[in-house]
Amino acid sequence: MSQIVLREALKRGLEEALENDPRVFMMGEDIGEYGGAYAVTDGFLKKFGPERIKDTPISEQAFLGAGIGAAAAGLRPIVEFMSISFSLVAFDQIVNMAANLRYMSGGQISVPMVIRAPTGAGVQLAATHSQSFETWLAEVPGMKVVCPSNPYDALGLMRSAIKDDNPVLVAEPALLYGVKGEVPDEYYEIEIGKADITRTGSDITLVSYGYGMRPLNEAADKLAERGVSAEVIDLRSLSPIDMDAVVQSVQKTNRVVVVDTARRVGGIMAEVAADLQQKASEWLDGPVMRVGSADVPWPYNRGLEQEVLTDADDVLAAVTEGYGI
Amino acid sequence: MASSTKSSSKSSRKSAKSSKNGKSGAVGPDQSDESDVANKTDQLELFRQMYLIRQFELACGENYSKGLIRGFLHLYIGQEATGVGAISTLREDDYVVSNYRDHGHALARGLDVNRAMAELFGRATGTSKGKGGSMHLFDVAKRFMGGHAIVAGQLPLAAGLALAQQYQKTDGLTMCFFGDGSTNQGVYHETLNLAAIWKLPILFFLENNMYGMGSSIERVRAGGIDFYPGMATYEIPAVEVDGMDVLAVKEATEVAVARIRKGSGPQFIEAKTFRFVGHSLADGQKYRGQEEVKEWKERDPVITFPKKLVEMGLVTQDQVDETKSAVDEAVAKAVEFANDSPEPDLSEIDTDVLA
Repeated sequence: MSQIVLREALKRGLEEALENDPRVFMMGEDIGEYGGAYAVTDGFLKKFGPERIKDTPISEQAFLGAGIGAAAAGLRPIVEFMSISFSLVAFDQIVNMAANLRYMSGGQISVPMVIRAPTGAGVQLAATHSQSFETWLAEVPGMKVVCPSNPYDALGLMRSAIKDDNPVLVAEPALLYGVKGEVPDEYYEIEIGKADITRTGSDITLVSYGYGMRPLNEAADKLAERGVSAEVIDLRSLSPIDMDAVVQSVQKTNRVVVVDTARRVGGIMAEVAADLQQKASEWLDGPVMRVGSADVPWPYNRGLEQEVLTDADDVLAAVTEGYGI
Repeated sequence: MASSTKSSSKSSRKSAKSSKNGKSGAVGPDQSDESDVANKTDQLELFRQMYLIRQFELACGENYSKGLIRGFLHLYIGQEATGVGAISTLREDDYVVSNYRDHGHALARGLDVNRAMAELFGRATGTSKGKGGSMHLFDVAKRFMGGHAIVAGQLPLAAGLALAQQYQKTDGLTMCFFGDGSTNQGVYHETLNLAAIWKLPILFFLENNMYGMGSSIERVRAGGIDFYPGMATYEIPAVEVDGMDVLAVKEATEVAVARIRKGSGPQFIEAKTFRFVGHSLADGQKYRGQEEVKEWKERDPVITFPKKLVEMGLVTQDQVDETKSAVDEAVAKAVEFANDSPEPDLSEIDTDVLA
């Protein structure tokens, strides 16, 4: 067992894949000479050489698309976007090509590719660099979407993503790269599509993923002070999504707040809430409460940004509003 | 049967050099008797493929009118010489990537005629089990990698296939077809640049049929109708070829392919060609005069090429006629096969979504 930061956990997952599987290679803007905008690939170029650590031009469509072609030819590319906001430039390739190719070809083509991208707001990068498009890609059939909230999950999910024969987006919460956590030395994987109940409780279910786990855990602590026992669920995977885990928890607690740090409107928690309405309404003592960031572009100013970003107080307010506790 | 290729100034020097080395594999009058025999067979085969594509597509049009083929149907009629000439130069381990006007490339690559027709009919026996349709033909065993219907979207895919061939240290290559309409997409530039800086083994094959749907290239492109001179910017050797002349296309492609196999990096061929029919079967062609269409039709490769072969005594009219009968029969059988094939089972709806 060792204490490492999330960045190191991702790095460990990538490094062992590069060491163990010659089909694995990486592409992205400034991942080589520069070492990666968030230093996840620092030192890789020296260790693995330019054939496997490919610095690309600023051409997201071309290099993401090239990843698809390389994957279709039997390699296992790991492609990095410097920000998930930049993935918009390559959405045609991700959606029309990577996700659709297996189906359109009647199962002839596999795209075993990992797309990595820092996601989320909170560091004053304003509207174009603070978004969370993992929620958009989670609704695209033909691909998987995961988002770790701690180093243990980051390593386990990265290993599974690289071994997966589908395109997998690993959304990496930019605010959490430096977060520490325990990671075992023994090999393990985390199954994509399985949620994690990070804290068991009996009075209310709180659901989120990625950076959202921070306000969720803070809220759960504060609820505990009030004598309210919260069950906390980390979805880990937005597609496929583990609704069974959420429904089972709600059957026990009869109360639920779903929380996103991405925009509330149209986010993944809208899907969770709608599904709960159908599958668990008879178990609920009140409405499915949904918390998310305000429906505005991300502001630059720190005070404004913090106000927009979901925090523990927003979660607590929803708990009170929905259930009077 | 001299070829009619023009090079951009940068690449013409390289072209001349390559010819001196005798590596171009050019078809010309100075060849030995043995290669003459081979050429006769080859040339009859080139005709067979062009005629197959033509008859296949005429049958497609007919069955579209009957409502047996639905969706969009983009025909390749008139452009047969480009795909056939170009693909005839490839090996089995090379990849071919196409756009939504893909029937010709698919058949030239050897896709099973029955299964291709069945795909257009949306049947379970189709190449994609009826899930792809006309614009999305695939046969990975033949290394025919689609059939792509977002204009220019196939370019980076092709670069990635070529990247894998380079990574795996093979001397295979990827041939990527695209039309003049693709060239106004940003990803066109991105892919040319990426392929050039990484020296990818890719042949960019532009089929310039002068129209992107209803938009004449002169209306939508700054700089005229020639693309190949612009490749000097990327340091990609480029030539122009007469896309109505199957042997000229074959010859120019052989030169480019040989260079790529030796590690030259990307090559670019621009074939000037023309579709005799509308963009799709929904197209009334209000945007162009029939005079222009008529002029191009006079150079119809499916008519002029066999005529020339017979006149030169390379093949007999009987051979041409026999070839045609065999193709006619194969196409009729393909339609019958498709029509008799079962619809996909509804249980197929959610298969092939994820591995």
